[in-house]
Amino acid sequence: MNKNCYGEGRVLCLPFTVCFISWESAPMIQNRCAATRGTKAALPKIFARVSARSALLFQKGMGISMKKKAFHKQFYGYLFISPFFIIFLIFGLYPIVSTALLSMQKWDGMLPPDFNGIDNYARLITDTTFFRSVGNTIRIWLFNFIPQMAIALLLAALFTFNRVRGMILFRAAFYMPNLITAASVGLMFNLLFNGGKSAVNHLLLMTGIIDTPIYFFESPFFTSSLVSYIQWWMWFGYTTIIVMTGMASIDTQVYEAAMVDGASKRKTFFAITLPLIRPTLIYMTITSIIGGMQIFDVPATLTNGTGEPQKSILTTAMYIYIQAFRSHNLGYASAVSMGLFLMIALLSMVSFRLLRRKEEG
Amino acid sequence: MYRENSAKRVSGKIGKIFPLAFMYLFLTLLLLICVLPFLLVLINSTHTSIDIVTRLNLTFGTALSENYEKMQSSVNIWQGFGNSLMISVPFTALTGYFSALTAYGFSKYRFKGNKVLFWVVLFSMMLPSQLSIIGFYQLNLKLSLLNSFLPFILPGMANATAVFFLKGMIEQSIPDSLIEAGRIEGSSEIHIFNRLILPCIMPGVATMCIFNFVSSWNNYLGPLVIMTDNAKFPMPVMIAMIKGLYQTNYGALYLAIAISVVPIIIVYIFLSRYIISGLTLGAEK
Repeated sequence: MNKNCYGEGRVLCLPFTVCFISWESAPMIQNRCAATRGTKAALPKIFARVSARSALLFQKGMGISMKKKAFHKQFYGYLFISPFFIIFLIFGLYPIVSTALLSMQKWDGMLPPDFNGIDNYARLITDTTFFRSVGNTIRIWLFNFIPQMAIALLLAALFTFNRVRGMILFRAAFYMPNLITAASVGLMFNLLFNGGKSAVNHLLLMTGIIDTPIYFFESPFFTSSLVSYIQWWMWFGYTTIIVMTGMASIDTQVYEAAMVDGASKRKTFFAITLPLIRPTLIYMTITSIIGGMQIFDVPATLTNGTGEPQKSILTTAMYIYIQAFRSHNLGYASAVSMGLFLMIALLSMVSFRLLRRKEEG
Repeated sequence: MYRENSAKRVSGKIGKIFPLAFMYLFLTLLLLICVLPFLLVLINSTHTSIDIVTRLNLTFGTALSENYEKMQSSVNIWQGFGNSLMISVPFTALTGYFSALTAYGFSKYRFKGNKVLFWVVLFSMMLPSQLSIIGFYQLNLKLSLLNSFLPFILPGMANATAVFFLKGMIEQSIPDSLIEAGRIEGSSEIHIFNRLILPCIMPGVATMCIFNFVSSWNNYLGPLVIMTDNAKFPMPVMIAMIKGLYQTNYGALYLAIAISVVPIIIVYIFLSRYIISGLTLGAEK
């Protein structure tokens, strides 16, 4: 995850998977790299020159050059990593520390902050809106994550175990919504569903599914479900691709053994595939929790930005934003941030334990 | 990839036609679900507002230029587009270069605290970003960087994910002898990195750049908090703002969304192979 650009949580998580997958495929990269740049062909030439010059170096005296080299290695090592750490300290670490400190202060964003001890936290544990927003966030996440996992497993199995024509096209299309700006997606679904004369109402009326137009955004249940649906729509393609990479890494001999034993397709899937891709599933669940608990863009742009109707899509991240930048309670909003942070840590730990325990049992 | 043996396939052929048809129907349905919303937006952006509210449009209309004029009359969408580019392009460049440099420093130089510092990099990946938004606001207030692009460009230099990815790549694919060769040639350390190492790991850097460009382009909450000047708004903030501006002018609204969405779709059509293989790297062993 890229910490510092405050984007949609999980978009930023995705390269992480790339990393640990690429670990194994490094020889492939190496080959590609050598092929494109011709380094392999160039190497012998370099070595020939190197050996001639290193002979000279030997004569000049090893001791001094080695010491110098060691210093050089230290110095340039620090030099090369220093930009990262300078920027990380300023834009990564400082905001976290200052949020934690501000959570114990009263600050309206203009006058100097005032230390007020645990007042913010005392308010937090009695704040019904906060707990409501936490409930909303968890509900939206659950109704998005469960179908997302189910569809991703189904699609990944279809793509892996069958010869599907146009698989590349399907997969590319399923992944596309993930790249589109979430703020645009929120407004797009607002336009498609809002009011009695919206495109979706026209569609439903035309096909005879309904007789009178539905005012979707007057129903808290519908609006909350729509947010879950949009999140599902944006993420099921990504999840499918990651689950597929997990499935592809399973040794085909395991399947051959199962086939020889006469195991049915379904049984093979549940008894072999699922347990073997558990690390992938754990990774997906935890990154999904971290991203899903911070959800902001879609619910903030789908209706009027305050979680209407009846605060049904007021998520905790939206509550933080509203408290901080609409009501100017930046200190209290920091306390809410800390509360959410605690919740994310807790949920991640619980789900990790749950998923791991299954493995042991 | 696992496939059934051919004998089984032939014997089960007739029984398979129905599930096969069902499977393609299901996949096509999902495909429609993914594509249809974008298609509706594109179509509606070429219709007048009256057309949009009175019926469902399934073919392109003729009101594109009319919508465009209405859209441009209250806000200059291209300014948002330009602002987004001014943020995302330098951000991506910084990410690519400095992540590679940091990864190179970690993997090819032995210095005290190498391991500990790399753990710090790994740890920084675990921190949920949206939660420190108030500290981020306070920081930029103190540095008087509100309404500046810098808070969104500079963090590109500290991208832990890219460092982690590229460190693995450098360790696996760059032999120490290549660096030694460069040293004996008399190149300076930074020169070795620029001329020898960076070209070799370019495929990995490019993969990182694609994902980071997208995440920077789509960033909404950060600019929403830092920017108060309309002229500085990047695309997502501008798009979220225009709903209030255009009111019932649906044609202009749809067109604005189309403009924000179409460039990404076009880029994706050309780069989808690289993007997906970036995600699945190693799956095609």
